[in-house]
Amino acid sequence: MSFVSAGGDDAPTVLALEGVTKRFGALTANDGIDLTLRRGEVLALLGENGAGKTTLMNVLFGKYTAEGGRVLVERDGALEPLEPGSPAAALGAGIAMVHQHFTLAENLSGLDNILLGTRSLWKFGWGGARRAARTRLQGIIEASGLAVPLDVRVDRLSVGERQRIEILKSLYREARVLVLDEPTALLTPQDADRLFGTLKKLTATGLSVILISHKLREVFSATDRIVVLRHGRKVGETATAAADATSLAEMMVGSAVPKTVHSARTPGEPVVVLDGVSVSAEHGTALDRVDLKVHAGEIVGVAGVSGNGQGALAALLSGLAVPAGGTAQILGKQVERVDPGGLSTAGVARIPEDRHQDGVVGTMTVAENLALENLKTPSVSSRGVLRLSAMTSQARKTIAESDIRCQGPQSTVRLMSGGNIQKLILARTLGRKPRFVLANQPTRGLDLGAAADVARRLDEAATQHRAGVLLISEDLDELLAVADRIVVLHEGRLSEAGPAAAADRNAIGLMMSGQAAA
Amino acid sequence: MSEVAAAPLKRSRPASAGAISVGVRVLAGIAALLLAALPLLATGAPIIEAYGLMVTGALGSAFAVSETLTRATPLILTGLAAAVAFRAKLWNIGAEGQLYAGAIATVVVGTGLIEAPAFITLPAVVLAGAAAGAFLMLIPTLLKVRLGVDEVVTTLLLNFVVLLFVQMLLDGALKDPMGMGWPQSPPVVPAAELPEIWPRTRLHAGLILGIVAALVLSFVIARTTFGFRMRAVGENAAAARFAGISVAKTMIGVGLISGALAGLAGVGEVAGLKGYLTSDISPGFGYAGIVVAMLAGLSPIGSVVSALFIAAIYVGADSMSRALGVSSYLADLIVAMALISILIGEVVARRLTRGAR
Amino acid sequence: MDLLDLVFSANFVAATIRIATPLLFGVLGALLCERAGVLNLGIEGIFVAGAFVGWMAVYAGAGPWGGVVAALAIGAVFGAIHAGLTVWLALSQHVSGLAITLFATSAAYFAYRTALPDVSSPPRVTPFQPMEFFETVPLVGPVLAQQTPMTLLAFLLAGLIAYALSRTPVGLAVRAVGDSAAAVEAQGLPVRPLRTGAVVAGSMLMALGGAFLTISAFDAFYFGMVNGRGWICIALVVFASWRPGRAVAGALLFGAFDAFQVRLQTQAGVALPGEVFLMLPYLLSILALILVARRADYPRALLKPYFRNDR
Repeated sequence: MSFVSAGGDDAPTVLALEGVTKRFGALTANDGIDLTLRRGEVLALLGENGAGKTTLMNVLFGKYTAEGGRVLVERDGALEPLEPGSPAAALGAGIAMVHQHFTLAENLSGLDNILLGTRSLWKFGWGGARRAARTRLQGIIEASGLAVPLDVRVDRLSVGERQRIEILKSLYREARVLVLDEPTALLTPQDADRLFGTLKKLTATGLSVILISHKLREVFSATDRIVVLRHGRKVGETATAAADATSLAEMMVGSAVPKTVHSARTPGEPVVVLDGVSVSAEHGTALDRVDLKVHAGEIVGVAGVSGNGQGALAALLSGLAVPAGGTAQILGKQVERVDPGGLSTAGVARIPEDRHQDGVVGTMTVAENLALENLKTPSVSSRGVLRLSAMTSQARKTIAESDIRCQGPQSTVRLMSGGNIQKLILARTLGRKPRFVLANQPTRGLDLGAAADVARRLDEAATQHRAGVLLISEDLDELLAVADRIVVLHEGRLSEAGPAAAADRNAIGLMMSGQAAA
Repeated sequence: MSEVAAAPLKRSRPASAGAISVGVRVLAGIAALLLAALPLLATGAPIIEAYGLMVTGALGSAFAVSETLTRATPLILTGLAAAVAFRAKLWNIGAEGQLYAGAIATVVVGTGLIEAPAFITLPAVVLAGAAAGAFLMLIPTLLKVRLGVDEVVTTLLLNFVVLLFVQMLLDGALKDPMGMGWPQSPPVVPAAELPEIWPRTRLHAGLILGIVAALVLSFVIARTTFGFRMRAVGENAAAARFAGISVAKTMIGVGLISGALAGLAGVGEVAGLKGYLTSDISPGFGYAGIVVAMLAGLSPIGSVVSALFIAAIYVGADSMSRALGVSSYLADLIVAMALISILIGEVVARRLTRGAR
Repeated sequence: MDLLDLVFSANFVAATIRIATPLLFGVLGALLCERAGVLNLGIEGIFVAGAFVGWMAVYAGAGPWGGVVAALAIGAVFGAIHAGLTVWLALSQHVSGLAITLFATSAAYFAYRTALPDVSSPPRVTPFQPMEFFETVPLVGPVLAQQTPMTLLAFLLAGLIAYALSRTPVGLAVRAVGDSAAAVEAQGLPVRPLRTGAVVAGSMLMALGGAFLTISAFDAFYFGMVNGRGWICIALVVFASWRPGRAVAGALLFGAFDAFQVRLQTQAGVALPGEVFLMLPYLLSILALILVARRADYPRALLKPYFRNDR
């Protein structure tokens, strides 16, 4: 889906970054980065997680103040420096950013979110501003195709609708530069295509877009030029038309891209049997009469856009929720009460979606976090008293075996990278030779190397230890590479399982958006 | 409030961070004392002499030291009550009420309910006081874990309820018939009294109770699975729950311990110090316990030290107030300023520790 | 007198409103702070400080309105301290608030003892007078005529805050900053000044609640006269779902109950000790919290510190 954009090599420069350097303590997140953006072009900022893409854009937007370098914005034909550290100045200069985690007040309507900060705080009322704004927004919506209800509280809107509100916020402020941070992370392939269609319309009118991404596929289909970042440095720049995937990927990673393994194996007895299971959810979508079998020695992938019931499914299989209807069996035992500890002891390894929030206690040590699920085992405690030296030596062993990069068993987890925290969680859960593994978005936010490592450990668990693995992921490529069978979750309903080898990307994409019979 | 409650075990941090933390706490205490010069100036009292009188009042004689230790006794226990609860992010602001609950139980059990020698009566009194405090804290804890009712407000409000309950009892069921109409309870029997541990002073065995409690608590927090659960729940309840730790059970355990400790403070004041119950046995020991715990960085052993410091302020300032005619509310003012100082000190420590990494 | 007649009597309604007024100031103050994402447990101490400073100002000859101004000023000072500790230094809102309460209370008591060292009972001042000119107004006249201008002020402020929150740009910003600091920042608005403004304004209202006690309801400052009213306000704001209209309703409901129990006490007082009745406001507040706990919709950013240029 490539398209010709309004911007060309001769289009005027609207934005320039010169030698931007941003440090966080000892870490240099951005190291002397130069960047230019022309009118009407879509520039891809490509790089792995942690390469410094988002930091750079936060400097541009004034959320962070850089230690070195400057940002220049075109004004009346000349480039002028932008006041650093001021989101208000960035907005005033026509720079708008749609963050990966939306910056919307959920207790307000879409209209209120758009109007927030557009009128002096000391005006006692809106006068006719609200009506005028609504009229203008209707015009913008018609021109861009960003249809969305304006008077509904944001917490009742879908992810796609929230993203449209975010983009409308930018357009309403007459943004000339729109930064999109991983905009497709939560979209179906079809919604992502629709977003890129909108961008095409907008760039034709002179908008310039910076698209932050680590997905080569969308970078190739939707951008004009590509800048690659690695470890905070700019390592490459190329016109999209002249780029090739392999060299880009190597530029991102700095070495050959690790291959995902998929060993041959045959499934055995079922370890998880869901029969017409419904689960109500505190937040998000409930599970609705779901049937599923996971056998020993196989990896079943659950595809789907986040928020379609993954939370409820994971809660059920983590022991944090019980079925509201139907029957659920895990390792031959009926799920009747909330008992995460019981499941863990019975041989279920659970890898939580949010590893920082649910997986570790950040202020506790590596040794303590490794013991978190195994408090009652003899290697951790006897008669209610902790065996500190045993915990420490066990931790030292695990750190070496799993290659966890840290200062030792007594260092706090808070300071570790996401990849190392995930290694710790994998060591804690998979180290106990589980018979069923629930892995919920286990590679989200990890760089390619760390992600490949996670995939390898899951493969190992299924192949060598004959565990049944349920892998919930937003990344269809990952599922296709790792899983034996794939099911699709949409609005709480689960499709029939199909073999991954025969899966068709487009068909799965349609099922993810509910457009095909599940 | 991880930044304040954190204070993880020393072994989990570089030694320099521990030193910074202690240093900042000491400085905060000194700052609060120095700030007391401002209100003193307002009264027109001679500053240097006032400070001198405060020091001699708190530490200048054997009697002064015994008074400071006596005053520290309830503060250690209410300080521990706050420290243990805040560790688990259970906001028990109700130590004042739990202290009175312990005091009521002391009077109920200690004024003749049991006629037995001291080795039976005294433990019964201590257990009853601890149980009463624990029970009072159990209510807001259960409301929190079962119904999601914010415990800050409920524990605060229960303080008022319990104090009124005490006044009601002292006007009725627990009124001393020999008290000549004063709202006070009959005295506890000799077998229920906590023994004097420093002859001819008011210092009683409650101090030993407090120190033992601090040692036990220190061990429990650092070395037991319960302490581990408590810390995990306090630092990250979601992760603890995911890992199979019952947040509700842990909270209830912590609430019971916290309430029991505050209840013990009430036992000490009645069975050790006063001998009978009045509605003013605590001039805010429950609230001062929060300052004690914060000043100690929620460490049990540290709470003993900071309780001694706060007690010295109270005793010294009281003595100075009497001599110079300055209002004795100065002591409360210094204690409040100590809390604000330590809060600002936490920020300083945070900055310094970050720089040290 | 029959209880039913009593409830519908003008005196009863007047008492209800009188009891509700300080609570209304306090609930509105707490509501403003919490709507911006800051819990202010300094409320109890700010009540005491407002009560003392307002009364002292009147005693010094500033007149009742001078007392109001003085209370507003002291409220602003403590609000600024709380905002400094919680919004700018990102310290625990719980502990900072308690520190403010301890500090403000002991400072007020100390100042009282220092300013008036030799009195056994506090000197009386001339408080706000009832607005008797309302007497002739039909229907509401008899009730209004028993109230002072401060009560009128409280209800006017409730209306003003309700309007400001729902209908003005600054109100929108306050509601947004209590839900998501990131959303406010992304729209170019300053997060910390907004929160500071709300906390200072809210604390000023709390101080008015205290001042009402000494220069409107009574005419002198007593130790312990605030007596947990601040904490009750913190409970009431949850009960009111952080909405000004419901805050008025909650304060009035509470006032009505309190007025009712006082009358019940005078009628049936012999059967039960007086303390039982005095406990009721606290128990009622706890009950109110229990009733709404399940559906309490806390502002999402409440208690969450905001860090800039950090990660």
